[in-house]
Amino acid sequence: MNIYFVLPLFVILSFIFFIFYRQQKRLAHYSGISTLSQIKKTLTSQRFWLVILGFVLTIGFWYAAVYWLPFDAFHRLPGPDEVVIEWLSRDPYYGISIYTKEYYVHILYSTYRATVSFLLATILGVPFGLLMGWSRRFYEYSFPLVEMIRPIPPLAWVPLSILMLPGVEPAVIFVTFLVAFFVTTLNTLLGVQSIDQAYFRAALCLGASSKEILYDVVIPGSLPYIFTGLQISMGAAWFSLVAGEMIAAQYGLGYLIWQGYSLVKYPTIIIGMVTLGFIGYGSSAVIRYVGKRLMAWREQELGGLGVTYEE
Amino acid sequence: MSKTNISKDNSVANMFVKKEISFGKRLQKKLFNRTNINGTIAILGFFLIWHLLVVLRMPFMKHIPTPVTVLETFINLVTKKVYWVSLWFSTKRVFYGFVAAQVLGIPLGLAMGWSRKFKYLSFPVFEVLRPIPPLAWVPVSILFWPTNELSIAFITFIGAFFTIVLNVLRGVSSIDKELYRSALSLGAKPQHIFRKIILPASIPSIATGMMVGIGITWNVVIAAEMIAGDKGIGRLTWEGYLAGDTPTIIVGMISIGFAGWLSSGIVKIISDRMMPWRKLF
Amino acid sequence: MRNNGDEKVIKENTNIALDNSHITKKGALSICNVTKIYDPEGVHVIALEDCSLDIKAGEFVAVVGPSGCGKTTLLNIIAGFDSLTHGEIYLDNELLAAPGVKPKPGPDRVVVFQHGALFPWKTVLDNVIYGPVIQKKMSRDEAIEIARDKLSRLGLKEIENVYPGQLSSGMQRRVEIVRALINNPLVLLLDEPFRGMDSVTKSASHEALLELYDIFHKTIYFITHDLEEAIFLSDTVVVMTTRPGKIRMTIKVDLPRPRDYRMLSTPRFLELKETAKDAVHEEALKAFQRGERELA
Repeated sequence: MNIYFVLPLFVILSFIFFIFYRQQKRLAHYSGISTLSQIKKTLTSQRFWLVILGFVLTIGFWYAAVYWLPFDAFHRLPGPDEVVIEWLSRDPYYGISIYTKEYYVHILYSTYRATVSFLLATILGVPFGLLMGWSRRFYEYSFPLVEMIRPIPPLAWVPLSILMLPGVEPAVIFVTFLVAFFVTTLNTLLGVQSIDQAYFRAALCLGASSKEILYDVVIPGSLPYIFTGLQISMGAAWFSLVAGEMIAAQYGLGYLIWQGYSLVKYPTIIIGMVTLGFIGYGSSAVIRYVGKRLMAWREQELGGLGVTYEE
Repeated sequence: MSKTNISKDNSVANMFVKKEISFGKRLQKKLFNRTNINGTIAILGFFLIWHLLVVLRMPFMKHIPTPVTVLETFINLVTKKVYWVSLWFSTKRVFYGFVAAQVLGIPLGLAMGWSRKFKYLSFPVFEVLRPIPPLAWVPVSILFWPTNELSIAFITFIGAFFTIVLNVLRGVSSIDKELYRSALSLGAKPQHIFRKIILPASIPSIATGMMVGIGITWNVVIAAEMIAGDKGIGRLTWEGYLAGDTPTIIVGMISIGFAGWLSSGIVKIISDRMMPWRKLF
Repeated sequence: MRNNGDEKVIKENTNIALDNSHITKKGALSICNVTKIYDPEGVHVIALEDCSLDIKAGEFVAVVGPSGCGKTTLLNIIAGFDSLTHGEIYLDNELLAAPGVKPKPGPDRVVVFQHGALFPWKTVLDNVIYGPVIQKKMSRDEAIEIARDKLSRLGLKEIENVYPGQLSSGMQRRVEIVRALINNPLVLLLDEPFRGMDSVTKSASHEALLELYDIFHKTIYFITHDLEEAIFLSDTVVVMTTRPGKIRMTIKVDLPRPRDYRMLSTPRFLELKETAKDAVHEEALKAFQRGERELA
């Protein structure tokens, strides 16, 4: 067996173990169990092995399908070993691995685009949504417009934005921004609408002006929805960014994947996909973390002991 | 005392009699309220500003046609066969991908919610695959599936699949434990619990998943058609771009928006039908 | 467990605090011929019909009636959340509500809500000082000082930095009442504050409210559909009819104050309860037969 095959397997296993270990540790913090028995408990829990089995089965199926099963369709795909070897190779056959500069350039390009569009969408979308929820008049004027434009899928904007904006780069960012913007705006609006009427009334009773209501009721009250919205918006941003990059950009992971296809560098495709998965997961984890920090009150309400509800 | 006790006069007594109002007047009230009027003003204003921006040759609007040109192109295009064929192809792809995602996603979500072991086995793998954007599957899909049609439908399927599974799983895990207990105390067997409790109780979340899913499928189809497709309304729009024919691009966008809106409406009707106990407006 | 401890603290503290120096003789409410019709040109629901009621300054009035009888509508009109169709309401002889007068909620009539409306995103202390600080009646530091004093009198001092979501419903309601009282309102409007509590929490909450009433002596408009609760707490019980809401009877409760739970079994209490029981029952039955849906 190849070292390249064992190494990632080891990484995956220790990653899963680490997650379980942390969970056990948190539990142990309240029940007072020693480290050794935590490890023992992790290693003997059925769940731990089921999770590992799940991954092993998936990768095993992939391997078996590509190399052994008598279906042509599978044979066209690269096998897991091929991908891993390429990914970890110092001298990659198809040009992309963790040791090449290009890999990181693509990652940086995509991350940069996603971050810019996401931040723009947040900076504009959250206030827009709050305003829609806060002012009846503004809602009446803007909501029909939003509803008119929203059903047009983001990707349908690609050709138009390339024509309108100078160059491909702003066009890709604009399209990504647009999706994230609608998601953020509508979730913020939903958040404001979900606030119990009693909070508004209580604030009025206590003498709050409409500006104070905005700061003390509307914004904190809609924060949970805003953050749900931001997570969705991040996902949507990556979704359309990848498509945008495939259609019209140079550099970026979407471009890398598409290039991998057109230049018959199949393992590169999978490397790009997995990298996208990691980054996508990481970015939504960051948002979750920020949200938790901002909503301490909610944490206490839901968790009690600081053990949060598992999504 | 500055109080002035108003004696009950006729006008007050009249207030307690329910006034009969004609249907026409009620309809008029319903149509011409503030919300609708302001909404119409906003939309008309949007088109007016668009028109003015183009006519006045503002920056960024160099290649953009006026709404009037777009309307002319629209009328011209709907009389052509290629428009309807494109729409038909896209709709077909959305339909296949969407239905496949339901057929596979709902049972998978139910199974994950039903059996803890199965959830441990499959959910982490599922979570690892989920963050990969659907469009990133395009090359793999083209490689794998023998025809273009199938690969586009597959990408559409991927788009809706994860949302559906996640929604169903959430639905099943949020079922009140008391429902199980009450069913068991009424003498239900495990297989009944699945059919009579888990299935109906997760319908609202299935419906939510469907609503989100149909939106995503249209998104994905358009992108997939632009990247890899022939035919289809996304392709039509893209060809408009390649030919430098901006009115066609905008007509394509509007048609896609309309088709997406229409299919969301259909899914909404279906999901309302599935939940007769939920009174929706 | 926590609750029990707190109740004891309240007992000890309030005995000291019974100096009636800050009792205001303001806050008289006159409700004259108030009628409220929702959607007069459409569905035309008569929520209140010709209600007249005089509440003296410092009087504790409990309003009883089946769901949807308009008691909350009347509260909303007094609080300034809603307009009325006909009639007037005066607060200390000043016009508060009439047709054509724009309803305006304010800190002179503070509401304690059915499900509680402490801001979950503010700590207990921040909730309590919210009113005086935003009205610019006090600086933040002054408000904190007063709030701490009030909270500690009720045995709530330890929880001042806790978020409301972590408190029991009984404690939440007490904090909310403190938040209302710190504004020194003329009228306190309580909208079924103890609904859905278990009986132990409820009776503890009753005692806490009675203690507070004995200290601050505010005019209280208290909504409930529990007759026993109404008699036990109030000076006047108002029974309302099912829709259209009218005032069916008012009963003066002449039980002595301070009250405690032992009064629940005195002959006078039972007598009063007997007087109102039939009326309340009849209205409830009417509402039930009409299939009135329980409105929250």
